[in-house]
Amino acid sequence: MNGQLASEILALTLEHLELVLITIAVAAAVALPGAVFLAQRPRLRRWAVGFANVAQTIPSLALFGFLLPIPLIGGIGIRTAIIALCLYALLPILRNALVGLIGVDPSVRESAVAMGMTPQQVLWQVELPLAVPSIVAGLRIATVTTIGTATIAAAIGGGGLGVFIFRGISMVDMPTVLAGAVPAAIMALLADEGLEWIERRLSPG
Amino acid sequence: MSGDPILEIRNLSYAIGERTILRDISLSVREGETVVLLGRSGSGKTTFLKAVNGLVRPTSGEIRFEGKASSEWDIIHLRRRMGYVIQDAGLFPHWTVAANVGLVPRLENWDAQRIEQRIDALLRQVGLEPAEFRNRYPRQLSGGQKQRVGIARALAADPPLMLLDEPFAALDPITRFDLQRQFLELRNTMHKTALFVTHDIREALMLASRVVLFKDGMVDVLATPAEFLAAKTPEASAFLASLDDRWRPA
Repeated sequence: MNGQLASEILALTLEHLELVLITIAVAAAVALPGAVFLAQRPRLRRWAVGFANVAQTIPSLALFGFLLPIPLIGGIGIRTAIIALCLYALLPILRNALVGLIGVDPSVRESAVAMGMTPQQVLWQVELPLAVPSIVAGLRIATVTTIGTATIAAAIGGGGLGVFIFRGISMVDMPTVLAGAVPAAIMALLADEGLEWIERRLSPG
Repeated sequence: MSGDPILEIRNLSYAIGERTILRDISLSVREGETVVLLGRSGSGKTTFLKAVNGLVRPTSGEIRFEGKASSEWDIIHLRRRMGYVIQDAGLFPHWTVAANVGLVPRLENWDAQRIEQRIDALLRQVGLEPAEFRNRYPRQLSGGQKQRVGIARALAADPPLMLLDEPFAALDPITRFDLQRQFLELRNTMHKTALFVTHDIREALMLASRVVLFKDGMVDVLATPAEFLAAKTPEASAFLASLDDRWRPA
């Protein structure tokens, strides 16, 4: 492997990582408060989860295509890529956080309220800590799938390891495809392991 | 011990839509009394208990606690003046025994040293050695031990009134009897006032200063245990029949 290729792999890996981290941060910033809000509102919850479900079913390449012509959020480049990736990451984070929050044992919640905890205290001291393993599980699924889906971002100029893959495909050159696919796979495995470890560490009791 | 009612309930009713859960209930509880709310499932006794600490809002009627109408109370403060124990204890699974017991003192901003001392004293009172149990998590406890911790937690900030909702119903008979005796002992030494919900007539007769028999959301009988044994309503007779000696083996 020559030095130039190695440094390009490194640069695109970092770019890929950046794409993933921004996506997860933005998606979590929307989905987590959203889950807290929706946990108390069953009717609205059905609509929100339904929306996130629909977003999930759009084929990723098609979604990038749809976003391209939309003013402000569309166009070629990293911003459009991140918006599309966020739409995918939203569902697993939202759904898992909801499962965690709603799944808190009713007798635990009841005694928290009955002992005189304020709604804020119930949320921060009881519900959220008990939902943490489920929340982290959602972040893990979202991160791993985003690492994979982000390779398609290169199709609309989003950069990242997908650049190698699309270049390799157009040149019918397998080693170039692998230069993008292998680091992405390794990144996904590491993220999966790492977040699973955190998930176990944070499990209550 | 004064004879003033600590809790006074006048003409309390509660309905969900068309369905009446509680109908025109009046009851006053004096300091030091254990009033046992007895009834079948669905008779309204648990709902009544929940109305007392504001978990459900009555449709009409008045609840006065420590001389103040519940509408004048800050609901959070009111709840911290009432210990609350439920059937499966409702301990926080992510907290140690010590953290669970220290909950209300911590919410009330006691200083740390006082909380720690209080936790140890309470654990001893409910028969759990602090050194052994302090740092355990609820999942490392037996049913009876969980319930003891639940009682210690409810007693933590020395509330003037204890609310207990079938606290021993899920325990095996021997553990249950053990805890019932301990409850009597605690009540007698600490002069706690308690509202105690149960469907077990033996438990009611054993623990009660007075028994309130609920039927279809109404008070069917209100009597001392001795008087209750002579009660003649159909519902009281139905409960008393289960005490019949005829079913004992000779």
